[in-house]
Amino acid sequence: MKYNWNWGILWQTSADGHNTWFMTLIHGLGWTLVTALCAGVIAILLGSIIGVIRTTPSKWAVRFGNAYVELFRNIPLLVQLFLWYFVLPEVVPKALGDLLKSMAPPWGSFVPAVIGLGLFTSARVAEQVRAGIQALARGQGMAGTALGLTLPQTYRYVLLPMAYRIVMPPLTSETMNLIKNTSVALTIGLVELTAAGRSMQEYTFQVFEAFTAATVIYIIVNLTVVNLMRWFEKRIAVPGFIGPSVTGGAH
Amino acid sequence: MDAFDWNVINRSFVYLFKEGMTFTLTLTGLAAVGGIVFGTLLAMMRLSSFKWLSLVATGYVNLMRSIPLLLVIFWFYFLVPYIGAWMTGASRPIQVGAIASSVITFTMFEAAYYSEIMRAGIQSIPRGQVWAGYALGLDYWQTMAKIVLPQAFRNMLPILLTQTIILFQDTSLVYVLSITDFLGAASKVAQRDGRLVEMYLFAALVYFVVSFGLSLLVKRLQQKIAIVR
Repeated sequence: MKYNWNWGILWQTSADGHNTWFMTLIHGLGWTLVTALCAGVIAILLGSIIGVIRTTPSKWAVRFGNAYVELFRNIPLLVQLFLWYFVLPEVVPKALGDLLKSMAPPWGSFVPAVIGLGLFTSARVAEQVRAGIQALARGQGMAGTALGLTLPQTYRYVLLPMAYRIVMPPLTSETMNLIKNTSVALTIGLVELTAAGRSMQEYTFQVFEAFTAATVIYIIVNLTVVNLMRWFEKRIAVPGFIGPSVTGGAH
Repeated sequence: MDAFDWNVINRSFVYLFKEGMTFTLTLTGLAAVGGIVFGTLLAMMRLSSFKWLSLVATGYVNLMRSIPLLLVIFWFYFLVPYIGAWMTGASRPIQVGAIASSVITFTMFEAAYYSEIMRAGIQSIPRGQVWAGYALGLDYWQTMAKIVLPQAFRNMLPILLTQTIILFQDTSLVYVLSITDFLGAASKVAQRDGRLVEMYLFAALVYFVVSFGLSLLVKRLQQKIAIVR
């Protein structure tokens, strides 16, 4: 059993003719991060809205929120991306469908990937936000009402500021999940980090160098994100109320 | 756009379920059992007092949890033949095949997640029970097998099952190895008949019904266990 290690491959010119394989991986990382960032913005916005309406007194809104979360949680991410990539352009009006299909690469994969990952993650964020709000003492909401705040004001000034602080640790791991999940977008043609590693492996046959390099990059990203979020968590902590929960790794 | 042709589902129904779903469920079942067994061992290693045993387990779990499942699938697809050759002393990588490789991958990957659940489960058992076991003259394995693990499993059963539902959904990623799992079968029919819309919507529906149904069952189980306590 022999495997010819050749780490120098990382510094050799890649298939595109002018960059090194290392730069190919870094480009992949760039797409991973940009996709995750865009999807993350959607996820936080939508997830917060859905999470909040699941805690409102309106039964109807709660039902809608629950249905939303169950829908996006019980379909595999890969299938959801296929729906956005293959199915959406066929079921919308023809002009819009043709526009979606004629988007130049990488946008043709990037847009469905961002929508798909954003909605998928928003359901998970919604679950965290709901749990965060319900973890607060019930009296807090009542106190808001007693002070004469309207329901939106109670959420804005009383409930949400504390709820977001509570959900920081789970949101950290959701961020990591989102970054890892962007790899699924390779199935619809987005050349993110895993796809870049895979293409390096296919062209050079240096399987383990390619995957090791990709793995190391993921680990570095992981550590960076965890530490950034931990720093952020400490910064926004309210002294004496919820101490900075120092948790190890991405949980 | 052509009209929808839902008949394509009728035509491919047997293929989708007899080939595709059977494989998906087999893979889920094997990986769940293997993952829980290996994951429990990892959790025990992590909590052991031998420092390097716990270091190895921690390193393994953290590594698996920081890289995407797809990358793990690619890793094992190429790595397993080499490990096989090393174990059997063969001079060249042995042929493993996509299916065996996917079973190994999901077992090894999910073990990391199951191990975190089992670690929490083991830690939820008061230390006094372990000491009581030792005081009765039981050794480590007996204490674990007769006192700690049965309770840990019971406490963690709903979470273990929820993780298994996630595993069921994750198995769709074997698509990248061109395996005919449920999604693979749907995708093959979709490409062959040019019926992507119908097939992918149907696949989404089936995954939803199975996952949602199972999660309702888990919820009921959870209530049942909670009442007994």
